[in-house]
Amino acid sequence: MTIGLIHYLVVAAILFTMGVLGIFINRKNLIVILMAIELILLAVNINLVAFSSYLNDMVGQVFAMFVLTVAAGEAAIGLAILVIYFRGRGTIAVDDVNRMKG
Amino acid sequence: MIQAIAFYLFATIVIVSAAMTISSRNPVHSVMWLILAFFNAAGLMVLVGAEFIAMLLVIVYVGAVAVLFLFVVMMLDIQVASVRAGFARYLPVGLGLAAALAAEIIIAVGAWSAGGIALTRRIAPRPDAVPNIEALGQLLYTRYLFLFEGAGLVLLTAMIGAIVLTLRERGGVRGQNISRQVKRRPQDATRNVKPTIGQGVQL
Repeated sequence: MTIGLIHYLVVAAILFTMGVLGIFINRKNLIVILMAIELILLAVNINLVAFSSYLNDMVGQVFAMFVLTVAAGEAAIGLAILVIYFRGRGTIAVDDVNRMKG
Repeated sequence: MIQAIAFYLFATIVIVSAAMTISSRNPVHSVMWLILAFFNAAGLMVLVGAEFIAMLLVIVYVGAVAVLFLFVVMMLDIQVASVRAGFARYLPVGLGLAAALAAEIIIAVGAWSAGGIALTRRIAPRPDAVPNIEALGQLLYTRYLFLFEGAGLVLLTAMIGAIVLTLRERGGVRGQNISRQVKRRPQDATRNVKPTIGQGVQL
């Protein structure tokens, strides 16, 4: 019983789908939405690393590193926006975010 | 055999903890499940032979991002009950969209295994007798040097952006005015007076 590329792709696909589902069902909780985005980026990283390993090409791991960088920056900026949003409105529900414009 | 057991263990825990992350009632529990998911994804990456990315995942995600999430969750005072409102209302449409997405991914994987895409070209073939971290470093510091520095700029921008966004000027605080302190000279600060007796000194 050997573990092939398809196994990793299936895990990453399930993880990605779960992240998208998390964005949809947690409309009142911006923090969990950010966590779901982290899950999506984790699924992308698993895909990149699995392809890099099974195709014998190092570039996938380099790009996984860049995805990691962007994920860290996104988490920092997203949480900063979340903090100032909560400071101004006292809630973190996404439904009210459209009042932020203007 | 042991590899298959490890793979199924890690994969199961990743998926279960991802499900618990998005469905947990308390955001603190969500963060804990997220940390578990990251650890087991790092295990998957060790299994596939990418040790450096696995260690990076543990250090960056668990050590920095998840702790940042935890700080923010504990800093904000969130009512758990109001946060959970609408969970059942959004569940059907979310499940439908997720199912559509999963079907698309499965179809894409099927098209790929049917052999529509040429996968024979290699940009940077993995060298044989070189450890993973060395191979990655050789690639990162030569061919992808500018991208690497661009990633550093992205992190710098994120840091400055986070500081600018959350910086708050508070009034009524007696802070230290450094430029005023530095500009202060002895001849401005002291003076010699010769008071006449019985008159006192005007300050």
